[in-house]
Order: sequence, then C-alpha cells, then structure tokens
Amino acid sequence: MADTRLSEDLTKEVMTVNIGPHHPATHGVLRLIVDLEGEVVRDLKPVIGYVHTGIEKSCEDKSYWKVIPFVERMDYVSYFFQMEAFCGAVERLIGLEIPPRAKYLRTIFLELNRIHSHLVWLGTTALDLGAISMLWYCFRERDRILDLFEMAAGQRMHTRYFQVGGVIEDIPLGFEQKLRSFVEDMPVRVGQYQALLDRNEVFLQRTKDVGVVSRERLLELGVTGPLLRAAGEPWDLRKTFDYLAYPELDFQIPVGTVGDNYDRYRVRVAEMVESSRIVGQALDLMEEGPFIADDRKYVLPPRSELSTSMESLIHHFKLVTEGFRVGPGEIYYAIESPRGELGCFVLADGSAKPARVHFRDPSFVNLQAFRDMAMDSYVADMICSLGMLDPILGGVDR
Amino acid sequence: MPDAPGLELIRGEIERDRPGAVLATSFDRGQAALIVDPVQVIDVLTWLRDTPGQRYRFLSSLHVADYLPAEPRFGVHYELLNRDRVERIRVKAMLADPEGDALPEIDSCVELFPTADFQEREAFDFFGVVFVGHPDLTRILLPEDYVGWPQRRDFPVGGEPVTFTYNERNYG
Repeated sequence: MADTRLSEDLTKEVMTVNIGPHHPATHGVLRLIVDLEGEVVRDLKPVIGYVHTGIEKSCEDKSYWKVIPFVERMDYVSYFFQMEAFCGAVERLIGLEIPPRAKYLRTIFLELNRIHSHLVWLGTTALDLGAISMLWYCFRERDRILDLFEMAAGQRMHTRYFQVGGVIEDIPLGFEQKLRSFVEDMPVRVGQYQALLDRNEVFLQRTKDVGVVSRERLLELGVTGPLLRAAGEPWDLRKTFDYLAYPELDFQIPVGTVGDNYDRYRVRVAEMVESSRIVGQALDLMEEGPFIADDRKYVLPPRSELSTSMESLIHHFKLVTEGFRVGPGEIYYAIESPRGELGCFVLADGSAKPARVHFRDPSFVNLQAFRDMAMDSYVADMICSLGMLDPILGGVDR
Repeated sequence: MPDAPGLELIRGEIERDRPGAVLATSFDRGQAALIVDPVQVIDVLTWLRDTPGQRYRFLSSLHVADYLPAEPRFGVHYELLNRDRVERIRVKAMLADPEGDALPEIDSCVELFPTADFQEREAFDFFGVVFVGHPDLTRILLPEDYVGWPQRRDFPVGGEPVTFTYNERNYG
C-alpha cells in the first residue's frame, strides 16, 4: 500500500529537518529530528528534556505531605492521577486504610480528570487536523469540569485535593446536583463530537490506517493505555488490579481492532462515556461517612478541634512542622492514568522525607512507540500520529 | 503478586537452573522482590520472561534508587508483570560504587525488553549507572554537556548555580 501512495516522489535525497521544540503541533516542548525523503518520514528521533525541572529530586527534600503539590505538576493535564499514585503509594507504605467515602470521592475526581484529559486531547488533536470548532466544543465541557474542581477544592488545576488518608474536604452543598447534570450531559456531548468526526470524510482520510503499530510491538515497547487498547488488547489496570472503588463499579473497557489513529480516537471517545457512567454510579453508591482516615499520626485533625483540644494542637503542630515518619521500605503502586500505566515508586528510609520518588510516566514510555507510528508516513500524518499518541511533556520530562 | 511461598518457589526454580543468581528474596507490604547477582541479572530476567509457567513478559518500569549510606549503594529495579495471572514481581540488582571516577556497570536489557531503552538512559542520566550493551547510552533529560549525576543522594539540592543575565552584567 505504501508504494502506490508514495510513488509520486520527485526526489530521492534524504533531508534532515528539525521540528520544535517550540511548535504548536508538538503539543508541548518536544523536539523532533526527522529524516525526510520528499514528504515521507524515513527516520525520526525525539529529543526531550526541555521542561525537566528535577521534580523527583526536589521531592527528596520535602516531607511526604509537601510532595503532593510537586508531583501534581508533572503531568499537568492529569494531576489527580499523580496525586493518587503518590498518596496511594504512601498509604500502602504505612498501611493506612482510607474510608469508603474517600475511595468513592477519589474515584469520582479521577474519572472527571480522565474526561478532562481526553477533552484536551480531542480538542488539540482535532485542531491539528483542521477541525477548529472541536477545540471550542471540548473546552466548553472541560470548563464545566474545572468549575466542579474549583467548587470542591478551590482550585481549577493542581488542586491538592487528595491527602494521605483520604481527601482534604468533603464535597460542598450543591456539588452533587451540578455533577449529576454534567454526567447526564456528557454522553450527549460525546455523541455530538462523534456526529462531527466519526464519519467525517476529511477526518477518516487523515486517520484511517495511519500510524498502525501491531499489538505485539506495542507490548514490547511497554506501551499502555488507550494506545494499547486501540490495538485490541483489553488491558486496563482499573479492571485487573484492585484499587479505590473500581471493583464495585460496572464499566466496560473499549477496545479497537486495527490499532490505527482512528481506533485511538474511537477508544478515547468511548472512554469518556464510560467515565461519565462511572461517576454517575459512584455518586449513587457513595454513602455518608468520614472522607479522611482518623489516624492522627498521619492525618491533620479537624480545624474545629484545634481551639479546644491540646492533643489535636500537638498533632497539628507535629504534622505541619516535621510531617509524619514512614518506616523503611519501598513500594511500587501503579494506576491507570488517561495515558496508561502511571506507576509511583517510593523508597522510605524511616525519616519524614522520602528517600526516592520515581514516577513511571506513561507519556515517557509511550513516546518510544512514536518512531514506529510515524515511519514511512507523510509528515502531515506524523503530526496526526503525535497528537494521537497524546504525550504530555511535563510528564515526559518531570 | 506471588505470595511469600510462591516467591520462594520461584527462587528455588531459578536456583536449580542458574545456581547463585538469586542472592535473597524479600516479601514486604504484599510486594515480592528477588535480589539478584548483578552479573547474572539478564539470565534471571530471561528466565522469568521465557520459562513456561512464569512468563513475566512485560517490563512495567526500570528505575534506580540510591540507598546511601548502605553498601552496595545503587539498586537497579525491574518491575516485571505477568499479564495473564496479573502478578508483579520486582527484580533488584544492587551495585557497589566503584572507586574514583569509575561508574557502576550492569548489563543492558534492551534486547530483552525494548521498552527499557528510554528508562535505562534516564537511569544513566541521573545516577551514572552504565548499562553495558545499550545501543545509545546518552543523557536523555539533562543537557548533554551536564556534569554530575544529580539524583544521587550525595548530590546537593540546589547544587547548581543559576546565572541571571542581570547579575552577570552588573556583578559578574
């Protein structure tokens, strides 16, 4: 197939072209060194590290609870997932069980964040293909999610909402109603996106059979998330591992068949619908109760107790100044982020600061598949494949 | 995760095929780990990947941790995953810090697990662990002319002067 499409090339000379690091189509500060023969990509090398800020090193200098806002800023589109990976790892290190309501609240915010992340992806990637209106539609819904985040946590991004032991505050009055109306609207909106794109001739021509990588090759390269599922592998950590409220919820894992860019689009769009289903169910199943664990050695006492209880004041003071200590040990905790397996490795040495925090970022690992996706395709298709790969460079470079 | 007896079974089987490869096991907080001889790490990884009944075919993560002041100091971690049984196992190779400017070395597993390519480069970049046999072992996130291994525990935070043009011009 490649031969018939590429038979018009006028030159055999290979030219090396630099794309990025500052280019809107690279979705971040990514530099690509591309060998071109005419308009066909013959070799490609991603160059990364432009937004490396040494977050993992900085974390070693902060007490555990002060690490949370740092890790949020790695993958700046899926911040709730970074928080969950880190808080979950620390909770498993200290053996702290979180209350059921906290599990549901976390699940709700994670899935809202997944929809948010996919909306940013859909808007920007469709923009790369010329569908400008998609950006406005996606960001309209994204804004409703950010409003919900603001309502619950006070911040639209980087909310620091998850704490070791649960979440910082219960959801406010009126939140549930607003969330329910969003959950009802979202599948309809997704239907509208699909009406615009699913059978759109331009979109089909740009995405069908483009950027195909076999399932075996993706697994070799360690690719996870929607990219792997689009190739027909139903692998999702939410189903396979037992964490948060996912075992109690009924949802499906969308998979593709061919593994081309169109399947990648379909899988993510279907995931948005599944995520809104999850949020709706979690709202139904969530019961009243504490939203954070009661262990004062790790969890701040309620504000109201500080003026009446000396003991609470002491706990508060100890936690805020020194932080809590974690006994020596190490843990690897992985969750399903919008981009795949997000793993957090924490090494504790018995002090109040972690000795090592490492994130296995899915964007970083998935980027290795980009060469396979873009080889022997047109430059324009390479840009489309990069969008469909959905790397967040903050997560890649950390 | 294999449970604690399961881990000992795996250890026993590796011991039969590759005597001396597994130095110790640890089962902590529900996570199983094999501490292996760094020289034989590729043998153990190959065994875990290809032995029928094991088939830990997916390398989730490769990372390094600095255990200073413990000796040996560097731990290279391989988080393996068996997707059929949904079990993780950690393989850990401990490397001593050689004298002088020499760097610790371990064999690269890129041929076994192509996903290790970027992750080994990252480990080299931040800890100065050399993966022998890696096709392109260069710095990945830091600038190529950077000196030092910043994620080692004895590398200070903020150990790098920041030069601002204003200060350079007026006080430099």
